[in-house]
Amino acid sequence: MSKALLNVSDLRLRYPGVGFRGASPEVLRGVSIDIAPGETLGVVGESGSGKTTLGRAVLGLAKPTGGTIKFGGRDITHLSSRERRPLAREIQVIFQDPYTSLNPSLQIADILAEPLIAQGTSSQEARNSVRQLLDSVGLPANAAQRYPKEFSGGQRQRIAIARALALKPRLIVCDEPVSALDLTTQARVLDLLIELQRRTGVAYLFITHDLSVVRHISHRVTVMYQGELVETGATPDVTTNPQHEYTRRLLLASPTADPDRQAERRATRRLLRLASS
Amino acid sequence: MTLPERQAELPLDTSHVEERRKGSFARLLRTPLGLGALLLLAAVVVLGLLEPVLSVHDPNFSSLKAVNTPPFSPDYILGADQYGRDIWSRSLVAINVSVISGLIGAGVAVSIGTVFGLISGYLAKRTDAVLSWLFNLVMTFPALILVMILYPITGGDYKIMMAVFGIFISAGIYRLVRNLVLGVRNELYVDAARVAGLSNFRILSRHVLYAVRGPIIIASAFLAVASIGIQAGLAFLGLGSSQLPSFGSMAGAAFLNIYQHPIQMLWPSLFLALITGTLVMLANAYRDSLAAPNAVPKKPRRHTAMPLEGDFNATDGGPRNAGGQYEAVGKGNLLTVRNLRVQYPQADGTYKSVVKGVSLDVSLGEVVGVVGESGSGKTQTAFSILGLLPRQARVSTDVLEVAGESIAVQDDRSLRRMRGSVLAYIPQEPMSNLDPSFTVGSQLVEPLTAGMSKKEARATILALLARVGIPDPVRTFNSYPHQISGGMAQRVLIAGAVASRPKLLIADEPTTALDVTVQAEILDLLRDLQAEFGMGVLLVTHNFGVVADLCDRVVVMKDGEMVESGDVRSIFHAPSNEYTQQLIAAILDENTTRSDPPASASLDLTKENAR
Repeated sequence: MSKALLNVSDLRLRYPGVGFRGASPEVLRGVSIDIAPGETLGVVGESGSGKTTLGRAVLGLAKPTGGTIKFGGRDITHLSSRERRPLAREIQVIFQDPYTSLNPSLQIADILAEPLIAQGTSSQEARNSVRQLLDSVGLPANAAQRYPKEFSGGQRQRIAIARALALKPRLIVCDEPVSALDLTTQARVLDLLIELQRRTGVAYLFITHDLSVVRHISHRVTVMYQGELVETGATPDVTTNPQHEYTRRLLLASPTADPDRQAERRATRRLLRLASS
Repeated sequence: MTLPERQAELPLDTSHVEERRKGSFARLLRTPLGLGALLLLAAVVVLGLLEPVLSVHDPNFSSLKAVNTPPFSPDYILGADQYGRDIWSRSLVAINVSVISGLIGAGVAVSIGTVFGLISGYLAKRTDAVLSWLFNLVMTFPALILVMILYPITGGDYKIMMAVFGIFISAGIYRLVRNLVLGVRNELYVDAARVAGLSNFRILSRHVLYAVRGPIIIASAFLAVASIGIQAGLAFLGLGSSQLPSFGSMAGAAFLNIYQHPIQMLWPSLFLALITGTLVMLANAYRDSLAAPNAVPKKPRRHTAMPLEGDFNATDGGPRNAGGQYEAVGKGNLLTVRNLRVQYPQADGTYKSVVKGVSLDVSLGEVVGVVGESGSGKTQTAFSILGLLPRQARVSTDVLEVAGESIAVQDDRSLRRMRGSVLAYIPQEPMSNLDPSFTVGSQLVEPLTAGMSKKEARATILALLARVGIPDPVRTFNSYPHQISGGMAQRVLIAGAVASRPKLLIADEPTTALDVTVQAEILDLLRDLQAEFGMGVLLVTHNFGVVADLCDRVVVMKDGEMVESGDVRSIFHAPSNEYTQQLIAAILDENTTRSDPPASASLDLTKENAR
């Protein structure tokens, strides 16, 4: 993949242990992924699988202990925070929890203008683009003068999306962006993300534990388990015809919203468990 | 997935918004305590500032004719001291001395403490270790004694003394700020600011400092009080220039004269008390306005028995008259709820309804799911049956019957008895429902010891732990909650819930906090136990997959109202209510995956060229 936008190869990461010479287990154990421009790569895994750490490493919030991360062909694995700053134009983030990802004491306009101002846009220009940003995520312009606590979870997540879009990045790391949302809100936010991708050509590294969400938004899926990738492939292949045992287990474990099909799935899972024991 | 994009999602109650937009300072001004304290303090400070105008005599001018003039004499409003100096003029100067002492002491302490606290908390690691050690050292010095020892060096200038004092009390502010920052630095919005390319200085000044400013302001008021008090104390002891009138030196002079003219002691004490008292009250009022913007006065639980007001009164007589409206209470019914209503008091004295007349039935051995989005009142419904709602909630029902026994929702005692035997509860967050300071086993055994010996209870629990699929029951029994995983903790709680052989199990989002593979196991376990014990289950969830897996019947809730209820298959396949249809439509379809190709690379190229 020569035209990959993001190329992560053999990434390893171990958080510093507690105390003197304390060691901790490796969170990432040789992870390699590629993302093409305009593509969504879904990363599925359980809690503790290292999927969030992978996202944080790409964002520069966690320091890898091995391997490389290349963005647009440039090695960004070990940038200093000063070197890292201009990269904000290229890589952005949407976090899981819309309640703590927005500073409660800033107005929405300030939250949205902040990344622009930090990258050298004049504050007047930044203010002007706030309205456009709000419009692009389906929020009214009068939202700008309000505080985060005046919005519902879904609306806050829209604001977080607008903040991520402000610098017109080429990659957005989405860390469980819809898991804290209600069912109907979740569907709307996912549709918004897809629509924005079509319009702007942004690529997503989409981290989630929810297979149905991943099916809906990803072009390709990779499954993580205990710090390693167990399976990567096109979404239809991985989610309907999984090759790896763990993926199969994951698929059978997620309940489907149909009583009869779920009863079937349950029976299959029991058989599988009996067979393995 | 083709839901109408609802702009109406954004309810604009402008009056409410206006209310909130006012900062904590504006709220401070609206409390009588805050406003009063601020006005008094401002008045005293202004008196000091107008000293050149208001002063009648030179503060150090002593007139033999005026010695010990009583107060309210012409020319000497507050009288004169034993040296014949005008107390009024001296007080005005002393106000300034006190204000400056407070400003310098608190200012130095707050600047040093805040700057280093921010750095220490934000950078953490080695910087934090070194700085913490240094400030701990500073903290061990007795500030007051050091200021006195350093007297020859400071030359008795009270401003320098206060600056030195400020350095020594900065450790308190440092620790406060550092701990606050440690809490804030891992907030996602700080991460987001980092990703947005903000410099550390900007993150600290704009995001971190802003978030921790409240406690700093409050603490600085108290530090100012301390500085003023110390300055007065030092001057009272005679440390400092005798030429400079201050409340300390005035009190010292009056003290020598206390048997002849005790009134002279009053003036410096009064001013000092006024300044420090208003500062403390101001800080307290500010803290209140920071902590609770919409505080609701607490009410005793008795209020739950009061009749509900408002629109419910209209329906109150309804159910009894129109008996046909609700089917007669069935005989095999385990749980019968009719017209359950829950209200919460608001800041403006009105009541907000969160559950508006819900009726439910659970038969023996039946699993009933309550589904709805957040804010639909589903958890409130479950909790009011358990009698676990907070005290200020007003709950009422027309009928609440558990296992054939009618109970009043506000009857704590019968509910407590029910909870131990007939009713059991499985929470959403297994970890926060186990006490971290006791072993798992002791927490499970405790409720059983009422009916059996400790030994029996232990054997029962061990058997149950094995039954719920815990591989090594004895080890888990002796573990503390932090030593077991979330899935294990949920199994432990399920074991605890079924230990008393309940007839009705109320589960509030029992698998939401768990991984999908663990969720599947827990669901299996719940189904098996339900069949084994023949329990009725009331399952609150937002996950339709869980509903499809477990439930026989479903109740759909929206905004505190029951919009539809019925057999699980009919709800999924033929929902009749519009809202249910919307919910079902929003479930992400399993069989379709994203099929459109990645957004064209050409888009990316044009962007590249544009740069």
